Amino acid sequence: MTGALALSASEAPFGVGAAVRWAVVRDLRLALRSRAELGVQLLFYVIVVSLFPLASSPERTLLATMGPGVIWVAALLASLLSLPRLFASDFADGTLEQIALSPFPLPALVSGKIVAHWLTTGVPIVVLAPLLGLQYGLDPPILGVVTLALLIGTPILSLLGAIGAALTLGVRGGGSLVALLVLPLCVPVLIFGAGAADAMRAGLSASAHISLLAAGLLIALVAAPFATAAAVRIALD
Amino acid sequence: MNYFQFSSPATFYPFAGWLAPWFAGAAAMLAIVGLWIGFGIAPTDFQQGDAYRIIFIHVPAAWMSMFIYLVMAFWGVLALTFNTRLSAMMAQALAPTGTLMTFIALWTGALWGRPTWGTYWAWDARMTSELILLFLYFGIMALRSAIDDPRRADRACAVLTIVGAVNIPIIYFSVQWWNTLHQGASVSLNAAPKMASIMLLGMLVMTFAAWFYAIAVALWRVRAIILERERGATWVAELREITA
Amino acid sequence: MLEAQDLTARRGAATLFTGLAFRVDAGRALIITGANGTGKTTLLRILAGLTMPAEGNVRWRGDPVAPFSQQLREDAVFVGHAPALKDELTAEENLRALVDLTATHRSAAEVSAALTSVALDAQRKLPARVLSQGQRRRIGLARLGLSRRPLWLLDEPATALDSAGLGLLTQMIAQQLATGGTVIAATHHALDLPAERVATLALS
Repeated sequence: MTGALALSASEAPFGVGAAVRWAVVRDLRLALRSRAELGVQLLFYVIVVSLFPLASSPERTLLATMGPGVIWVAALLASLLSLPRLFASDFADGTLEQIALSPFPLPALVSGKIVAHWLTTGVPIVVLAPLLGLQYGLDPPILGVVTLALLIGTPILSLLGAIGAALTLGVRGGGSLVALLVLPLCVPVLIFGAGAADAMRAGLSASAHISLLAAGLLIALVAAPFATAAAVRIALD
Repeated sequence: MNYFQFSSPATFYPFAGWLAPWFAGAAAMLAIVGLWIGFGIAPTDFQQGDAYRIIFIHVPAAWMSMFIYLVMAFWGVLALTFNTRLSAMMAQALAPTGTLMTFIALWTGALWGRPTWGTYWAWDARMTSELILLFLYFGIMALRSAIDDPRRADRACAVLTIVGAVNIPIIYFSVQWWNTLHQGASVSLNAAPKMASIMLLGMLVMTFAAWFYAIAVALWRVRAIILERERGATWVAELREITA
Repeated sequence: MLEAQDLTARRGAATLFTGLAFRVDAGRALIITGANGTGKTTLLRILAGLTMPAEGNVRWRGDPVAPFSQQLREDAVFVGHAPALKDELTAEENLRALVDLTATHRSAAEVSAALTSVALDAQRKLPARVLSQGQRRRIGLARLGLSRRPLWLLDEPATALDSAGLGLLTQMIAQQLATGGTVIAATHHALDLPAERVATLALS
């Protein structure tokens, strides 16, 4: 895979594409070599989803009502759990300094890391969602909407989470502090994401919710890398 | 006027000390007038009885909670652009007052909800967004206290405040959307379609009272922050209140 | 040519240094010495553009250096305390990643040769986790050699290096100076460099 990291001579030296590719490939490689950690986070997601029926009641209609919301909250928490992985290790071993000093645009490098984070955290969440939805007795159309909403929503969670992760680098209070910072920002994602399934269950169309989620994704895609890059530079100061 | 002259903590400290009592006095007088209007003069509401009077505290607090956050975001932008310490200190000084206003808005909202809707809490758009705003304030204050280096804390909180400011309208509209789907509270918080002008006057007076209170308290608080952060400077050592 | 004027740095309430001024021309080195905590690392980070000085300014080739300025990111290579290696990647992969990060095109053969030149040929496929501190430092040296940048900013580059490694470092710095590059290094090791090219700055 060494060839994949090499830049082709014809590319502009400070290209955004090269930067994103560098970060994605390196982070994916690192993630695949610490597979156990990824597995643990996924397991957390599955366990949390399974806890709710045990804590409340396994009654069918209640589960069907709760289901999408529970899956979304669990996805949110699992996403939060994986955030430290984004920057903390690079910060500790001095790589983040080198990343910030690279001629590549920092927002591009950061975007690459976020993409890799989503691929290793968000995508498994999306893939498992239909299976977990079956636990709640959700019908196939609702399962479909939940999965689609997660597909659009989990990247937003990664993008917003990256801002929180970068702001709290090397700071006391770690995980809980990131949660306090990031969760309020993620509320719209939760509302529209879980709301899409609710709308469908009420017999209405979920297209408005999905469109708003997609719009949110576009805004986050544009804004979050810059905010995160600013936060990284502040953390390295 | 050279505004940058005031961006030095040494110049601003005495200026704030001179200015604050005026705002405090004005706030006190306006509050007396406003409360008198609200709880004394204004007539009993046809639909809600006397319980509605809490609007004279609730609405100003809610408006200030949002306004203060926007002002904090403004100072944050200045702090990041011009790298001035004082802008960040002003934002730091405003945070606790903004949190207090949010808290008051939520509590008075709940107290109003009980006689009006029969419940202390309803997940309507405004209350839910106000609750999220409270979390945003706590987040900013938590971040500041978690970071040891004051300069890094300044800039990190500025970034966080700005990101939150962008998100507040989004949160509000998303909750409003969700709320219309859930058909929750059918009574809007802005109850009377035509508010008697005396009620409106009372609310406006209380809003200005809250605003001036916030300015006075922020000025006093920023003085304490300046003293703490500039304690190594010679001008601080020479102050009357320090040498006494 | 790197120029600093009136530099002042503070950490918390303490002032590390004030009114620092110096100039380093092409082909010359500046060695920064001083006890622990005197601000050597802070000075290097200011020169690299990672942090802003409390007062004063830095100029590289006549242009003022702003934090994370693009020109400096293209012209300088900064080697900090930590070797910037990932435990899970092999020596070769680490070197590859670091070199690609500097947006310079080096073939696989060049990377391979660089590892050989720092005597890490046998360890190229080993994860960095199992390498010693000295070996990790050598990967940093290899990266320095491959980067071919005009300005080197080195923070304690001789840490953990044995005498062979130290010789390698000295040789690389001498070559950098001979080709017109600039080196600024904080170290308390005595490096055997041509005296006419070296100036010393002692922080206290």
